[in-house]
Amino acid sequence: MIKDFLAQDERKDMLRLLTAGSVDDGKSTLIGRLLFDSKRLYEDQLQALYRDSRQGCSGEADYALLCDGLKAEREQGITIDVAYRYFATSRRKFIIADTPGHEQYTRNMVTGGSTADLAIILVDVRQGITLQTRRHSHLIDMLGIKHIILAINKMDSIGYRKEPFNNIASAYRCWASAQGFSFSTLNIIPISALCGDNVINRSDNMAWYSGPTLLELLESTPLSSASGLSPFRMPVQYIIRPNQDFRGFAGRVASGTLSVGDSVTVLPSGKSSRVAQIFTGSTLCHHAFAPQSVTIVLEDQIDISRGDMIVRSDQQQPAVGQRLSALMVWMDEVPLEAERLYYLKQGTTTVRATVKSIDYLLDINSGGKSHCNTLSLNQIAGVELLCSAPLVCDSYSDNRHTGAFIIIDPMSNYTSAAGIILGVQATDTAIDNQSVIKISLSQNGFSAEDIELLNHFCRVVESRCGITINCTE
Amino acid sequence: MNYNLSHLRALEAESIEIIREVAAEFSAPVMLYSIGKDSSVMAHLAKKAFYPGKVPFPLMHIDSKWKFSEMITFRDNFARENDWELIVEYNRKAYEEGVGPFTHGSKIHTELMKTRALLDALQKYGFDAAFGGARRDEEKSRAKERIFSFRDRQQQWEPRNQRPELWNIYNTRIGKGESIRVFPLSNWTEIDIWQYIRHEKIAVVPLYFAAERNVVDIDGNLILVDDMRMPKELRERAVKRRVRFRTLGCYPLTGAIESSADTIEGIVEEMIFATKSERTTRVIDFDREASMEQKKREGYF
Repeated sequence: MIKDFLAQDERKDMLRLLTAGSVDDGKSTLIGRLLFDSKRLYEDQLQALYRDSRQGCSGEADYALLCDGLKAEREQGITIDVAYRYFATSRRKFIIADTPGHEQYTRNMVTGGSTADLAIILVDVRQGITLQTRRHSHLIDMLGIKHIILAINKMDSIGYRKEPFNNIASAYRCWASAQGFSFSTLNIIPISALCGDNVINRSDNMAWYSGPTLLELLESTPLSSASGLSPFRMPVQYIIRPNQDFRGFAGRVASGTLSVGDSVTVLPSGKSSRVAQIFTGSTLCHHAFAPQSVTIVLEDQIDISRGDMIVRSDQQQPAVGQRLSALMVWMDEVPLEAERLYYLKQGTTTVRATVKSIDYLLDINSGGKSHCNTLSLNQIAGVELLCSAPLVCDSYSDNRHTGAFIIIDPMSNYTSAAGIILGVQATDTAIDNQSVIKISLSQNGFSAEDIELLNHFCRVVESRCGITINCTE
Repeated sequence: MNYNLSHLRALEAESIEIIREVAAEFSAPVMLYSIGKDSSVMAHLAKKAFYPGKVPFPLMHIDSKWKFSEMITFRDNFARENDWELIVEYNRKAYEEGVGPFTHGSKIHTELMKTRALLDALQKYGFDAAFGGARRDEEKSRAKERIFSFRDRQQQWEPRNQRPELWNIYNTRIGKGESIRVFPLSNWTEIDIWQYIRHEKIAVVPLYFAAERNVVDIDGNLILVDDMRMPKELRERAVKRRVRFRTLGCYPLTGAIESSADTIEGIVEEMIFATKSERTTRVIDFDREASMEQKKREGYF
């Protein structure tokens, strides 16, 4: 019996979700509910027994444990940023990225939301849609999270009445459609995290609600990675070469599917070949698909190195270019310095990059744009970037993996910003021959002894992408 | 064609990506191998990541000299069978002075034979990245630790100032003398580990499975009589019980649980119904007995 249970259990998939909201909205209670009640449910499924659905506000003591943990962190003065928590049912494993609602909300939400397939936005039914709700919605849309659950909480506190719920639900739908969000699904449910209504168990207190419970929604939301529709992309991460006869290109499939025999193009070189073999781990396979880690062997001996991207020749090609327009979320206490050379890491490529211009500052509360000259912690701006070598990428709205990057401070090595690619200008060898970029050596972590090395770097840049850089003391 | 990846395969894909990223970006990585079940899974994933090539970094075991003897046998067999370079390091000075949990207490023992030994070994070989098998579900403080966790020149972790970690783009840049601890199993839970061991038929130390063993009840903890270094008065109290271990470490500090689970299925079944976390069976406090000795130690070292 246990063997059958395990065999079935192994087949479940994995969903990553973000919880947005503050402790005041009952977020800790909701997470506690999910963690503890799902374990109970798991036990029940194994025992093939049914418990009475839990009524009334009992069992609060269980959740105190979790909340205490958060309190302890606060007392220790540890920055509460993103904490990851885990639970599972017999259908799915869930990873919750739990981020605080108030302090540093932008940095934390962007971090937690970057890997999320789904977001739960919590609303206190007595408060309705707040500035925070709108802000969270904008950030979630910006991050390309396609499945949204608006959980209207604390229904117990208003006697489980239908009207307040309906008013908030229709107000939110109306506002969200006016914003032009690209959510695939938007579900709105009335819950009480404290009493457990519609979280795991269906509530008898709200007979007027006939939709799914929160857990039912979490279990049934389709995974975006499970679609074979996007074009195939695999940034080459590592070359496996145990002997002269074997040359495997290892990497994680960012999107799409690939089969043995398919024609592939390697970018940025543009050389092509056919797929001879695909390995997932030590197993030979006919197909590869996102998000597998695979090793690909090609029919022809072509020069490929880390940072290149393998794509399918018969599908839409990614952009190749050095000039990006992007949204950048600043995460560093040290503000952005224009014309400073940062590191930019995208996929498996790291290049040097500088912000040429800040086009606008994005107001995350309203989606509005305004002018600005610099970018500091938790601000989001539309920028133009110039890279030292061409990037192979897609726009973030087309591909959440090949359209994302991070910015690293060359001095502190801190992750200073998260970037979302909006568009790429095709490589033009004549770019900016006139423009002068002044870079302070000391500000970029170089000393006078590094001049020789820097000149070498400049020549590499020149030979690879036609940008001439002169380096003088 | 079904393009849905099971949770175990999704976790595996993520871990392999992390392991490859380290091999590509660091000049001297090492995999810390503790011989436990998580280490067994991590090592298995590393072999998969570079197949059909060899894993391009060594394993390192920090031997506290108080591990279960079955662990050491398992370790040596594992490295030999896989033709994998294994570095074994221990704190020679403390070992020669006879540091151990029975005489010095768990705090001093852990500090000298585990923490100090690890830091010295990392420095000795100049490793710039070290894989560890820790999981975020093990304890609360780990829930927020990054997968690529930065260590400064003093090899210290600063939870207040961690680098944001976004998408699957890992910041691997470090300065001279700094290093990164990498946790490829961050998103695995204990049950995932056992399911994967079962599915992939990964060998683990037999102590995880229930068997009749000689144990002594010390303050409610069942301690295995693993060798003659256990004080005689304790050894004399040993009784045969059917027990297994949820975690493995130094034998005097690792309590067994009474169990009849002698298969992975049995372990998983027990786990689903278990109320205690696996950490509660680890590190027994001998410190009260050792406080005098501790003072001497502190003055001495």
